[in-house]
Amino acid sequence: MKLIAAMSGGVDSAVAAARAHEAGHEVIGVHLALSSNPQKYRSGARGCCTIEDSHDARRAADVIGIPFYIWDMAEEFHAGVVENFLSEYSAGRTPNPCLRCNEKIKFAAVLDRAKGLGFDGVVTGHYAQMIEQDGERLMYRAVDPAKDQSYVLAVLNKAQLDGAHFPLGDTKKEDVRVEAKKRGLYVANKPDSHDICFVPSGDNASWLRDRLGSEVGPIVDEAGNKVGEHKGAYTYTIGQRRGLGISVPTSSGEPRYVLKIEPKSNTVVVGVKEDLAISKIVGEKPIWCGPEPKVNQELIGFAQVRAHGAPLGCTYINIGSEIKVELNEPLFGLATGQGLVIYDGNRVVGSATVSATE
Amino acid sequence: MTIYLDHAATTPINRAALEALNNQVQKLGNASSVHNQGRSVRKDVEDARHKISELVGANPAEVIFTASGTEANNLALKGFYWQSGKKVIVTSAFEHHAVLDPIKWLVEHQGAEAIYVPIKRGGFIDLDYLQEIINQSGDEIAVISIMHSNNELGAIQPIDQVVKMARSIPVHTDAVQSFGKIPFNFSELGVAAATISAHKVGGPLGVAALILKHGIDLAPLLHGGGQEREIRSGTLNAPAIVSFAAGASAAVAEREANFKKIRALRDHMLSQLQRVIPDIQINSPVDPALPGIINISIPGTESDALLLLLDSEGISASAGSACSAGVPRPSHVLIAMGLSEELADASLRISIGASNTFAEIDQVISVMPSVVERARSAFAVGKLS
Repeated sequence: MKLIAAMSGGVDSAVAAARAHEAGHEVIGVHLALSSNPQKYRSGARGCCTIEDSHDARRAADVIGIPFYIWDMAEEFHAGVVENFLSEYSAGRTPNPCLRCNEKIKFAAVLDRAKGLGFDGVVTGHYAQMIEQDGERLMYRAVDPAKDQSYVLAVLNKAQLDGAHFPLGDTKKEDVRVEAKKRGLYVANKPDSHDICFVPSGDNASWLRDRLGSEVGPIVDEAGNKVGEHKGAYTYTIGQRRGLGISVPTSSGEPRYVLKIEPKSNTVVVGVKEDLAISKIVGEKPIWCGPEPKVNQELIGFAQVRAHGAPLGCTYINIGSEIKVELNEPLFGLATGQGLVIYDGNRVVGSATVSATE
Repeated sequence: MTIYLDHAATTPINRAALEALNNQVQKLGNASSVHNQGRSVRKDVEDARHKISELVGANPAEVIFTASGTEANNLALKGFYWQSGKKVIVTSAFEHHAVLDPIKWLVEHQGAEAIYVPIKRGGFIDLDYLQEIINQSGDEIAVISIMHSNNELGAIQPIDQVVKMARSIPVHTDAVQSFGKIPFNFSELGVAAATISAHKVGGPLGVAALILKHGIDLAPLLHGGGQEREIRSGTLNAPAIVSFAAGASAAVAEREANFKKIRALRDHMLSQLQRVIPDIQINSPVDPALPGIINISIPGTESDALLLLLDSEGISASAGSACSAGVPRPSHVLIAMGLSEELADASLRISIGASNTFAEIDQVISVMPSVVERARSAFAVGKLS
């Protein structure tokens, strides 16, 4: 096959590209320039968008022995990921930009361009497995549960997944590092990237404040009594406990949690942990990673609502435009806007965006 | 099989240059030392200087060796600016970055004022505009720097006329693309300074020269042993300098024959390109131009896709330049010529050398339709998303 390897400059994508090349595919390395004004050097763990990272990616491609190019996706990234991140937050939701990046950039803009150029698909260093069963390629969790990234890939539809190749899904991260060293890739010991790549400081709240303003608003309890003030409701997330700065204690002395964010009135509602409990989730805009489940049929599976969250036993129903989930045990704190991913055992069924909870 | 069509970027080292390099690199001695070994290397370096001065029509004392064309351009521009006490630097909008960027630095950090002579559609500087600038602010001009031929278009600029207009204002010309490919004579041209580089004419990387008119004293960029007329310091890179002279001599000796050969290849390729891509736009002039540069725009494509696809067919070409992050940018040369960003972003520079063959050109032509088709299909998806 002819494949484009998306190379961030990190160890995973370098080993993924090397494996694809070794497997006999014609591989071309591509580093995505996602910022129109990149920082020169990597700082801390936020690595994938600096000039240093692009040099790391190029060096890895040279060592592997594959051609390497830089594709400018800054405009697409800004429109599809950064602006979405801002608008979701300002609407009181909690978005996951990595999901959007996979959906709109890596397996859309990049995959489409690759196909246009005559390539068959895109290789990335994501930890997930594509397994062929009865002529269908299905996505499963990676064997390394600590690194499993199937959650952030569950926004890909079947057509996108057909062009996706994840050579690392069957390997543990520590073994990937050992392999990188053996292959002479000097990124073998490069730290993993965390946080949001386009927030260089790592301080999401102040990054949001710079862009969305810091209009002071009330923090109220469930009865509507004002218990404090905030500087921008969007910097809070449902279930958040720390950093509320509330001086008035609850009558029972229990800690308070963010229950609700009301962007229109710029209000943050807080309450005790029990009030966060939900057992029903509605997800909109469903995407099916494999065969679409029968409509209106109750099925047993697992729901996951965070990238490294636990799988929660549930029943789910595909009602066409939405997925309805009923959890076996209550969950504390789920924000609208988060990604809801449904699993059948270790197989990824599909995903949706949380639109309502109960 | 690979087909190298990027001779304007760098050329294969020729046999004479390679032999000279191999021999000289084994020889012990610092050309500045007074002892036996030093004297011997000194003689080799001075022989090379003599040779190069003959090739460019200068006298040996006018040849200042540098480590790159970029360094020579920096030395000239900053040197003339600092020495003159005048504020204005006149250049063209389509110079190489090795000229544009030192000027930008002088503007941003040293109070210089830059005036850019516009480029006419065919790829040549607007002489009327230059005349007007000289009429208006001739007394304030520190230096005029216009390239002898443009590296992306091959267009040979009317430097003789620039010199006439400039009268007493010093003129510098970046002649790295011209030297060794077309006639170039420093003293006949009458410029105050010219930049030439070894690796564009079959010589080694890492050596170039500023040809600086006798009697002009420029402030150095590098301070140290003062090896080159106190204008440039640094131990003389004898192997590279000797190889430069040998390589350039061979290039100049074969210049006329190579010109004819490369021209024929270029004309063949141009006509074939027009045949297989009917809506192609030719940006490079036919004449007066370097023999082997073709610059085209292929509507509905992007340069980086064309380069990727050609590379995967074993064909090396180039386009524009990249920013510090490696992101491809539309060529400033084509933008300066008045091309739309879209067409500038869809350009390709093919630079043919003496070692290319008709069979290679035909091979490129045979894959071109499929390359263009795929580049167009990738471009179409980009526009939809």
